[in-house]
Amino acid sequence: MQEWANQLCENRQFGSKMTDSKYFTTTKKGEIFELKAELNSDKKEKKKEAVKKVIASMTVGKDVSALFPDVVNCMQTDNLELKKLVYLYLMNYAKSQPDMAIMAVNTFVKDCEDLNPLIRALAVRTMGCIRVDKITEYLCEPLRKCLKDEDPYVRKTAAVCVAKLHDINAQLVEDQGFLDTLKDLISDSNPMVVANAVAALSEIAESHPNSNLLDLNPQTINKLLTALNECTEWGQIFILDCLANYSPRDDRESQSICERVTPRLSHANSAVVLSAVKVLMKFMEMLPKDLDYYGTLLKKLAPPLVTLLSAEPELQYVALRNINLIVQRRPEILKHEMKVFFVKYNDPIYVKLEKLDIMIRLASQANIAQVLAELKEYATEVDVDFVRKAVRAIGRCAIKVEQSAERCVSTLLDLIQTKVNYVVQEAIVVIKDIFRKYPNKYESVIATLCEHLESLDEPEARAAMIWIVGEYAERIDNADELLESFLEGFHDESTQVQLQLLTAIVKLFLKKPTETQELVQQVLSLATQDSDNPDLRDRGYIYWRLLSTDPVAAKEVVLAEKPLISEETDLIEPTLLEELICHIGTLASVYHKPPSAFVEGSRGVQHKRLTSSAGSGESVESPDTGSAAVSEAPPAVIPSQGDLLGDLLNLDLTPPTSTGPPPAAAPGMQLGAMDLLGGGLDSLMGDESEPLGGDIGGSPAMGAGFGAPPAAMPASFNAPISGGLDDLFDLGGGGMTMGTYIPPKTVWLPAMKAKGLEISGTFVRRSGVIQMEMTLNNKAMSVMSDFAIQFNRNSFGLAPAGPLQILTPISPNQSIEAALPLSTVGPVMKMEPLNNLQVAVKNNIDVFYFSCQYPISMLFLEDGKMERQVFLATWKDIPNENESQFQIKDCHLNSDAASNKLQGSNIFTIAKRTVEGQDMLYQSMKLTNGIWVLAELRVQAGNPNYTISLKCRAPEVSQCVFQNYETVLKN
Amino acid sequence: MIHSLFLINSSGDIFLEKHWKSVVSRSVCDYFFEAQERATEPENVPPVIPTPHHYLISVLRHRIYFVAVIQSEVPPLFVIEFLHRVVDTFQDYFGVCTEAAIKDNVVVVYELLEEMLDNGFPLATESNILKELIKPPTILRTMVNTITGSTNVGEQLPTGQLSVVPWRRTGVKYTNNEAYFDVVEEIDAIIDKSGSTITAEIQGVIDACVKMTGMPDLTLSFMNPRLLDDVSFHPCVRFKRWEAERILSFIPPDGNFRLLSYHVSSQNLVAIPVYVKHNISFREGSSQGRFDLTLGPKQTMGKSVEAVLVSSQLPRGVLTANLNPSQGTYTFDPVTKMLTWDVGKINPQKLPSLKGTMSLQAGASKPDENPTINIQLKIQQMAISGLKVNRLDMYGEKYKPFKGIKYMTKAGKFQVRT
Repeated sequence: MQEWANQLCENRQFGSKMTDSKYFTTTKKGEIFELKAELNSDKKEKKKEAVKKVIASMTVGKDVSALFPDVVNCMQTDNLELKKLVYLYLMNYAKSQPDMAIMAVNTFVKDCEDLNPLIRALAVRTMGCIRVDKITEYLCEPLRKCLKDEDPYVRKTAAVCVAKLHDINAQLVEDQGFLDTLKDLISDSNPMVVANAVAALSEIAESHPNSNLLDLNPQTINKLLTALNECTEWGQIFILDCLANYSPRDDRESQSICERVTPRLSHANSAVVLSAVKVLMKFMEMLPKDLDYYGTLLKKLAPPLVTLLSAEPELQYVALRNINLIVQRRPEILKHEMKVFFVKYNDPIYVKLEKLDIMIRLASQANIAQVLAELKEYATEVDVDFVRKAVRAIGRCAIKVEQSAERCVSTLLDLIQTKVNYVVQEAIVVIKDIFRKYPNKYESVIATLCEHLESLDEPEARAAMIWIVGEYAERIDNADELLESFLEGFHDESTQVQLQLLTAIVKLFLKKPTETQELVQQVLSLATQDSDNPDLRDRGYIYWRLLSTDPVAAKEVVLAEKPLISEETDLIEPTLLEELICHIGTLASVYHKPPSAFVEGSRGVQHKRLTSSAGSGESVESPDTGSAAVSEAPPAVIPSQGDLLGDLLNLDLTPPTSTGPPPAAAPGMQLGAMDLLGGGLDSLMGDESEPLGGDIGGSPAMGAGFGAPPAAMPASFNAPISGGLDDLFDLGGGGMTMGTYIPPKTVWLPAMKAKGLEISGTFVRRSGVIQMEMTLNNKAMSVMSDFAIQFNRNSFGLAPAGPLQILTPISPNQSIEAALPLSTVGPVMKMEPLNNLQVAVKNNIDVFYFSCQYPISMLFLEDGKMERQVFLATWKDIPNENESQFQIKDCHLNSDAASNKLQGSNIFTIAKRTVEGQDMLYQSMKLTNGIWVLAELRVQAGNPNYTISLKCRAPEVSQCVFQNYETVLKN
Repeated sequence: MIHSLFLINSSGDIFLEKHWKSVVSRSVCDYFFEAQERATEPENVPPVIPTPHHYLISVLRHRIYFVAVIQSEVPPLFVIEFLHRVVDTFQDYFGVCTEAAIKDNVVVVYELLEEMLDNGFPLATESNILKELIKPPTILRTMVNTITGSTNVGEQLPTGQLSVVPWRRTGVKYTNNEAYFDVVEEIDAIIDKSGSTITAEIQGVIDACVKMTGMPDLTLSFMNPRLLDDVSFHPCVRFKRWEAERILSFIPPDGNFRLLSYHVSSQNLVAIPVYVKHNISFREGSSQGRFDLTLGPKQTMGKSVEAVLVSSQLPRGVLTANLNPSQGTYTFDPVTKMLTWDVGKINPQKLPSLKGTMSLQAGASKPDENPTINIQLKIQQMAISGLKVNRLDMYGEKYKPFKGIKYMTKAGKFQVRT
């Protein structure tokens, strides 16, 4: 304010009355009265000056609302500037003076009829900004006219006005049919109108995720692509973002869209470029990789991304966050562009850190020498945070590129020689990780590390050093002295260091029992008797008992061989990555979180997924969207706020046999389960990864949760599940009814787990409607009421089609039948097994969770009978690697009976062929999400074993379908 | 879309706010101020800041923070690009984009902002169109307006806004028809201790100033268009023609605009115009350090290197620098530790040098970091990539315009590590 005042004085001194600052000259209380008089002046010029003064006061946040009637009186004027100024004022204050604002309505309505399109547009635009119900009512008619105005300038302004109105009163917009008019504008002849209509519809759609407002079909896409070339840069962004939501029918369509979008990569506006990149990255998935065009496209993507990095730092930052995603998804695009990510010393820190991250992701054997030289350079910079991260990066390189490990270690040793305190500490932390990745290779450096023991003052570095001393106690002559020196200040250390010290000394004792008995007793008593920390006490007691009961076992446990840590645990989980690729250029891509997790305005955003060339459906992951890790990794519930069910399911402690593997978001539980399966008593050691693992998570559970699991794991993991499923169906005898097989009800939620509520149930498909039939049994002592049900996202988007209809409370020992109709339009997430469904049921007592599996035949549509010709063509079209074969044993039906039985479950026989006494049935079925499954069932007379071959573009469903065949045929 | 805009000066005052939807309380800026406090340098404030109900996206230009408030999912680049456009427009209108200029013209600023966005959607951002809607303030016009009572708001719908060439206004008339093109290239490079190039790239732009009557249709061709494999065009350039023939064909906006920007990254094409011989060292246990710097021309294709400015952030422990320049003047700021040497022109016969000693603060240990040397320079009449315009032709109008082309090379982020 001081500066400002000076400014004003200056202006006065020089008599400069020409600038707007003169409007600020009066600050005294009488100002309002003065202005009032001026506003009511007869002279036009004086009026205008007065309104300007009012606006100037408004801009700096002064309250001039008291002048409302006087300003509105100036509205009826031929002077456009005055009109605009009054409108500006109205927009700001109408809300606080709704009754007065009504005075303005007549002028607005009149202006909407003006001959000058500029005035028509201005009026409708301003009216939309006035968030007062009474005004909004009057807006509808003028708006309707303006949407059909002959002048495109007015139409494009009106399009935006619909979005404004929707924000104020959504119901009104729908009732008045403005949404349809807006949709029509997508076909307008003027590209600017098209762009604004798309923008308005996109904004409206954001608050109605399922409204299907932007119904994209090849015709509209064509119109959008035409408008894309001709509209303004901002319009191009809206159109590109809208295009990204479209799923092309086939690879040819996606190629043609890509071809028409590619020129946008040369646009000067970086937001246009990034939106174009998004469209290309998404549609590229559909293109066959052997296509020439695919390679061309990959090459075209690199230069614009590199160019973004020469822009202003803020743009660079957003670009880098997105490049980080692109590099994880398609490293080949930028693999030769390492150098553009080299850090300039005057880059802002947020740019530096991002560049560093991408450098590590791009590091490979080919460029590691350059990268290391750079990192070493960075480690001598001034900025402490950056230096630390650079040192860590060297460690990550060592773990990622095995051939470079030796170089990295020597670089780290060089850095330790600089004796810069934080560099040394950081280096020790990463060397510990290198030891875990390459055991027994670089231990020669331990001596150097030990020299710096005293200078370590950060808990993480101290803990790392203690771990190294404990782990290699047998090679360090004075290990006991070193550890003893730490023990002196035991109580002043942080928990991390205390835990580490405890473990290290126990290790030392097991390695050199004779000399260290005293030390171990000392640390055990410190941990168990003098500490308030339950973790530390518990660990102390465990060691103590272990050592006192069975030292041999203790040795096996404590000194067990540790699993190697895997590289790149910081990679984004593949399903999340896919979703983020669909959101390139948005806030989600900057934060690397799914959009539903953080943006307030977008409740229930639909999850977007990449669709790849081989997949015909959207919901099921196609075979080549990812590595083996994708299909084998347990399903990951991405923790997202607002998804209560998802969050709470993580707490569900049902054993994995009945629920499938627990969500990855519950690492603690994962850890336990894995340990049991792995057979190694690693849980004690597992703790170590907690303080130490840091960013390079150490335990196998981490690996399984986020990356590729060890090959043996999934098998042993899945076996009990499918076994369980079979058992479940074996239970039922004689459950067969007219044609359709209905599995008998099984107990889904035992009373034990649900405070007395027992739920058993089954799934039925009756004339095209899927129903979940449940028996709810109250085994508690009190009445249960207020039932509600909710599903977690699942593979086929099953969701309750209505609320759970339990109208009367259930009294103790009463049971009640309930049928819940299901729809298949809910949110989709791949589950393991595919037909797993996680359910939450709420009653007046609590919320309970269970999971059940539905027979996949529930999802077979009644129109699943394919034309013969189509069948043949499709069968040939699906690549052979998508075919899977199964045996069905002990089935005593002939082929016709089998065919009839299957038909009851919407599995249709299209043709039958008999070759050498073997009946071959060709069958088809169609899933609710549009996936076709084709089958060939071979039945040999007299042989109870059937062979079935399944072909599907989404081969993941084959296993489920096969199980379904088995259950249907055997019941 | 964009909800609100706050302008904040370097002392942390919000001096202007504009809302395009409902009013967002200025207290939302507290989150920005928090982030600003955490950042050590003004440039280090993160561009995207989440708050419980909004997102703040900011750019820092001319020591003013332009903070946009958004509520729903909006592409951040869209917002940043828009903010840049706001800055450019202010600069275009007021000559400078400073707090004083904005306050002096607050009503015009308000009118402009209202015209640029509607409900958060960009409305008119092309300077050609804005100038038709709202005339830039000039002393003369203000005088005339004051006397005659006319306004500086256009009464008619800007003609260009809905035509196929929305960037150009119609009815343009000049007595002298002229077209000037400036090819300006900046070299970004990192040179390591030993003088070898770690990375080098060229950011080039062609800025144009076209003042021609009517609707001229121009074509610009290059001697060596293959240099340009990574380009961003002004919307006026016909992309298909470029793809097919490597010729720039366009109907230009009226006045100043950036025709294209390009990027040359393959290193063999990037010539490094100067070399630096340096010896900046400190001895263990001594409070003195040596500073020795010599500059010389390298690949300049016979042109002279001018306006050379060397700057370097010396280590924190340095108290004073006692140096002797062979030419030009140097300054050392003992607070920021920034050493600047204004060299001027490099004479290849007598290479400029800066030699002397630095003294460390009492008790300071030998600095760990090695200072980086930043170099600025200019070379006239040459584009370092070798890019050359072949010819400029005009179609669609009868007159003969005056044409001019200028080349210039500058150092962008040109850094030498020591």
